[in-house]
Amino acid sequence: MQLAGEIILLIGAIFIFLGALGLLRMPDVYNRIQVGTKAVTLGAIGVIVGVALLHPDWWSKLFVVLVFILLTSPVSSSAITKAFYHSGIVPWKSIPKSKKNKDKESSS
Amino acid sequence: MTLLIMMALGLIALAALFTLYRLVFGPTNADRIVSADAMALITTVILIIIAMIFGSSLYLDIALVYSILSFVGVIALARVIEAKIQNNSLNKQGED
Repeated sequence: MQLAGEIILLIGAIFIFLGALGLLRMPDVYNRIQVGTKAVTLGAIGVIVGVALLHPDWWSKLFVVLVFILLTSPVSSSAITKAFYHSGIVPWKSIPKSKKNKDKESSS
Repeated sequence: MTLLIMMALGLIALAALFTLYRLVFGPTNADRIVSADAMALITTVILIIIAMIFGSSLYLDIALVYSILSFVGVIALARVIEAKIQNNSLNKQGED
């Protein structure tokens, strides 16, 4: 039980690390929202399950925290993505188009 | 604290460092908001691991309250941005 909890906690920490690495390396705000929400939420679930396996007495409080993170993290990321999209930030796919426009402007 | 928990703590510290880099040197303000959201989640996880290391379940309450406050903060930021769009005069300040 001890070893399983520690391994699940380490897997959660690896997911949090990969999410933060994606936050550092992704090219666009929307991609950063993607990794910063999904991967880090999965890592948080892993860490909470690992701690619940290491300390079985705390399962009720950890369950409350886990359900709260599962409910609120997609809601907050969806709200902030909607706000960014309505405020006119273009997605990453249309960046080469703007570069082409800049090239046209510079060539003309 | 065994070796696996030490490795997990190191990885989470590196993750917090990357998020802090994006928070400080982010190209736009939108990146800063996103990284602040991710940083709040990482801080919640760090508080849970601190509770496990110190052996006191009081820190779990702190983690729950911290995640509630970060959720309210991010929702408030989203509402502020959308309100700035509806006032068209302030629209230029919202974008970076």
